[in-house]
Amino acid sequence: MSPLAGVVAVGLVSVATLAIGAFGLRVSRTTSDFYVASRSVGPLMNASAIGGEYLSAASFLGVAGLVLARGVDMLWYPVGWTAGYLVLLVLVAAPLRRSGAYTLPDFAQLRVESLRARRVAGLLVGLIGVLYLIPQFQGAGITLRTLTGAPTWLGAALVAVVVLVNVLFGGMRSITLAQAFQYWLKLVALLVPAFFLLVVTHGRTAQAVGRLDARAWVEPLSGEHALYLTYSLILATFLGTMGLPHVVVRFYTNRDGRAARRTTVAVLALLSCFYLLPTVYGVLGRAYTPDLVDSGRTDSVVLELPGRVLGGPAGDLLTALVGAGAFAAFLSTSSGLMVSVAGVISQDLLGGRLEGVRAFRWATVLAAAVTLGITLASSGLAVAHAVELAFAVAASTFCPLLLLGIWWRGLTAAGAIAGLVVGGVTSISAVALAMLGVSGGGWTAAVLAQPAACTVPLAFATMVGVSLLTRQQLPVHLARTMVRLHTPEHLSLDRGPFHPEQVTARRRRRPLTDV
Amino acid sequence: MTDPEQPEQPEQPGRSGSPAPSPAPHRVRVTSPRVHAGRPRAHSVTSEIDAQTELGAVYIRSLVRSQLRLAGLVLALLAVVVGGLPLLFVLVPAVRETRLLGVPLPWVLLGAVVYPVLVGLGWFYVRQAERHERAFAELVDS
Repeated sequence: MSPLAGVVAVGLVSVATLAIGAFGLRVSRTTSDFYVASRSVGPLMNASAIGGEYLSAASFLGVAGLVLARGVDMLWYPVGWTAGYLVLLVLVAAPLRRSGAYTLPDFAQLRVESLRARRVAGLLVGLIGVLYLIPQFQGAGITLRTLTGAPTWLGAALVAVVVLVNVLFGGMRSITLAQAFQYWLKLVALLVPAFFLLVVTHGRTAQAVGRLDARAWVEPLSGEHALYLTYSLILATFLGTMGLPHVVVRFYTNRDGRAARRTTVAVLALLSCFYLLPTVYGVLGRAYTPDLVDSGRTDSVVLELPGRVLGGPAGDLLTALVGAGAFAAFLSTSSGLMVSVAGVISQDLLGGRLEGVRAFRWATVLAAAVTLGITLASSGLAVAHAVELAFAVAASTFCPLLLLGIWWRGLTAAGAIAGLVVGGVTSISAVALAMLGVSGGGWTAAVLAQPAACTVPLAFATMVGVSLLTRQQLPVHLARTMVRLHTPEHLSLDRGPFHPEQVTARRRRRPLTDV
Repeated sequence: MTDPEQPEQPEQPGRSGSPAPSPAPHRVRVTSPRVHAGRPRAHSVTSEIDAQTELGAVYIRSLVRSQLRLAGLVLALLAVVVGGLPLLFVLVPAVRETRLLGVPLPWVLLGAVVYPVLVGLGWFYVRQAERHERAFAELVDS
């Protein structure tokens, strides 16, 4: 295809993102606007923004690529990424909003009342954030290469620059608008070409569809250790969603706990619509672009299909549309991650030295530079798999912290820290070995590929065990914290002294509990 | 529970030491300190909770338990209906080969049917959770 359409598409998305950011800049004036959009965001807008932020390179490109390469078992990725929101809704959404915590370290400090726990949580947010950012940058490289033939570093650098400019000058308000826009752009960008592809290929059966009949591809659980791998993936995605830094931040923009729940159901519906589509591309890819499997470029199947099947100007146009959607995916997820990672770095690392928005901006630059460096240095796993490893780390660290913190009075600071460290070290070691290409054989390989089924129970056991051993050291304000987490906001109750404001006075002007 | 009609009733042991001020004093009686026990009931549960008495803790615990039980129910449904699929595929091989309108059944289940189930479970949960909270609010704030 001609590179022109692709360049125009990517350019338009970048410019639109920046323009919406600039619009937000005029709206956001105070520090509190900058961080949390002043909580003036409506539920559908908020749900669209969550969807827009959540649907990353892995959802837009990765799932179709994995389905093309490995078949039906890969459908568990989108199922898990959606079901993760159901688990989040049921166990975490309302209490987390009611906690008033803006970040995961805030929550850790509120619940176990320990600055050390806060710092450990901050470190993990940084690690998970970068782990999740790398595949976004990588996906941008793949997209720009497929669209224009440009070297892969260019796409990564482009995304880094656009996100940097947008986050630096817009803050949360602008990315809320930009992300709500990007959910709908992503949906349209997959839906319209899928429609044309299905119309054109309808009736073109014969030899193309014959390729769909490979038994190992069509039938579930045919590989080695398939049952373990599937259940480990289920565990990582179902439980990991709640521990992703950019997901948690979004809950703060809801008005109250009840709104947080309703927004989450809307998110479930939006994700469910979107995730019907990647499967279509994966299956069509198997029929019409099987060569991508041999060349190991399955991640680009979504981008290749319109050109290969339709061809001509129509193909170019649809390819440009898909490319635009893909860029929307990288930009929105990267912006959200960047804001949360930078928020934590600025607060916990630069907090004493720089002030407010300046610390936040320097932290953003730092996070972007580090991620870009690692992306360019590493060769890269399949995009969806790299993201899944970030889920495994989140499920092994923040999931036990949130679940035990909200529902079990017995969690102590020592227990929380021990669980975060054990879960973090084991899961990150597995991820690091996987990224370095160390795999071993048999069971070792299976566990390294999908560590969650081992590391999540280990983290839970550690957190519970150490808490029981230190049960004399329950947090002083535990009873009030429980009142805060579980009672509806309109009841006038004493919810304890925790105000992230005291920790981060520069961040918010408004009181946290709207009693 | 203290009855608001009988201000002279002796204090209950659980709430002694909770110094909640009586609101909007329509009549000031100068009598023994026991009068403080006669606050209107509307404020007593919130002050029980604020004073961290045994009774207040029981209220909070019952709210937390009812929400946790609901969460457990929804998660159990999720585990059986969605989490049970891989086991179903392994234990009942016929499912793997069945086709629905030419599409293999596992693809239909994982590619489409799962999603409305998830949204339905979420919707059910929100309705029930809000119901629990309304009941709690009525109890505390009536």
